[in-house]
Amino acid sequence: MPPAEPNGLERKRRKSSRTAWVLIAPFVLFYVLFLIYPALQVAYLSLTNSDIAGEGRLIGLANYQELVSDRDFWAAVWHTVYFVLLTVVPNTAIGFFLALLVLRLKRLRLPILSAFFLPFVLPVSVVTNTALWILDANFGIVNNLLGTTTAWFGDSALAMPCVAIVTVWWTVGFNMLLFVAGLQNIPNEYYEAAALDGANGFQRFRFVTCPLIWPVTSLVLVLQLILQFKIFDQVYLLTNGGPSNSTTVVLLYMYREAFKQNRGGYASAVAIALVVIIVAVSLIQSRVLRVKPT
Amino acid sequence: MKTEKVSILGLVCTALTVVLAVVWLFPVYWMATTSLKSENDTIANPPALFPWPPNFDAFVYVIQNSPFFRWYLNTVITSVSVTFLCILFSLMCAYALSRLEFAGRRLLYAALLVGFMLPFATMAVPLFMFMTRLNFVNTFAGLIAPQVATPLAVIVFKQFFDEVPRDFRDAALIDGASDFKILFNIYLPLNWSIICAMSIIIFIGAWNNFFWPLIVTNSTPMLTVPVGMTQVQSAYGVFFAKICATGVLASIPTAAAYLLFQKRVTQGVMAAAGLK
Repeated sequence: MPPAEPNGLERKRRKSSRTAWVLIAPFVLFYVLFLIYPALQVAYLSLTNSDIAGEGRLIGLANYQELVSDRDFWAAVWHTVYFVLLTVVPNTAIGFFLALLVLRLKRLRLPILSAFFLPFVLPVSVVTNTALWILDANFGIVNNLLGTTTAWFGDSALAMPCVAIVTVWWTVGFNMLLFVAGLQNIPNEYYEAAALDGANGFQRFRFVTCPLIWPVTSLVLVLQLILQFKIFDQVYLLTNGGPSNSTTVVLLYMYREAFKQNRGGYASAVAIALVVIIVAVSLIQSRVLRVKPT
Repeated sequence: MKTEKVSILGLVCTALTVVLAVVWLFPVYWMATTSLKSENDTIANPPALFPWPPNFDAFVYVIQNSPFFRWYLNTVITSVSVTFLCILFSLMCAYALSRLEFAGRRLLYAALLVGFMLPFATMAVPLFMFMTRLNFVNTFAGLIAPQVATPLAVIVFKQFFDEVPRDFRDAALIDGASDFKILFNIYLPLNWSIICAMSIIIFIGAWNNFFWPLIVTNSTPMLTVPVGMTQVQSAYGVFFAKICATGVLASIPTAAAYLLFQKRVTQGVMAAAGLK
């Protein structure tokens, strides 16, 4: 616009700006109070010896010094990493495999897809209660079929793999859905062209499907990695960290330090450490994944 | 010859898929059928694959003898409020981000993207302290407020609004419409399907939320279903039919939302993962 009417233009811009502030105000209010403020506060608290009521004083980096030599913390980190290793790749691979199976189908496609996805929309407590019932040592159907009385969640070697299996059963539908969409987006002409060039089924899969689905695969891997590092609900409900702390993960450790040991400051340091771990691992992962494809 | 071989392979694949799907659904089936057994029948050996006649004692007992009905009401109020407020505020915020010029626009969008990455659970400690100071512990306000402050819907809506031709707004402005009117009379109907999709996703997420209600409630009458049902479990001991009956009741809203609006749920999952 020519600068002939600076008043009109200025008024218009000011009005637009005022409308914008009114529109963003409700969300921004909630966002600042309940997300930005606690996000900054957790960093500050990690430098204090606060209890869970927030009473305490600054103690510098003492919490972090304690953290570095805290065996229970490092054990919790290791249990979390173990859980991540047990879930991320299997959950992605099984999701991909199920998507391939589902997409072959025509009339059965929707009901079968729903069967695999349905567990994902169930509340976590329902998932864990069902798992505890099916895997019950005395009356569970699994032990009944196997003729055993294994305490699946009461054995420190079995507990974490069982938590991982329950997690995969619960969440793999999400990954499957992303793969289904990704596979459907691969143009049919590519397969036709490959077939004309004499590629067999396996070669079409290897040289058309695999490279073209890679962007979705790496997305799923990144999402999974971040998600599984935040493991809390299933462990809290299935084993509560046991037996003998073999499934105590980082967020469960944070939860206990905060709400059972009344150490808000120390728990905040644990939270910051988890954020640092997640950011570091996902940076490394995105580097690795970007080098690998095609 | 070759085609026959392929079709047999295809048949085997289809059969395998169906078997796998049945195995996958079996835990849900087992929970549902256990809820229809008497407590004695749940531990019978061999277990009955199908309870006949169905026995509704477990449901009657759960509804009459625990605060389950109250928890159900709490969860309905919480998840419906979270969904309504989050969608309304996100629509307004996304419209401003997409269509209006204002100071701090880029900063706000960057803050949303950062908040999207931050794991909610790591903020539980300061958030709980804040709730205590606001006297929000064991209240609906405490249950609802932090769940409204999630940036996902804003980010998704902004992407969709960016694709609406700018002429629509310009024409409406010339006709004298306000931005509020343009948002609710033009942008809302144009993007109705993604708004429905995000509403269902947010509703399912709020209904199923376990971590935050666990932190912010501790009095029995204020619990939500996912947290309360774990208490029922310890109260009943090993009464599997009752545990499964609570499971069935707790799953009905989200399972129904998915089965009724499958297409929308799929669309919402895609949008949430950043694929359109």
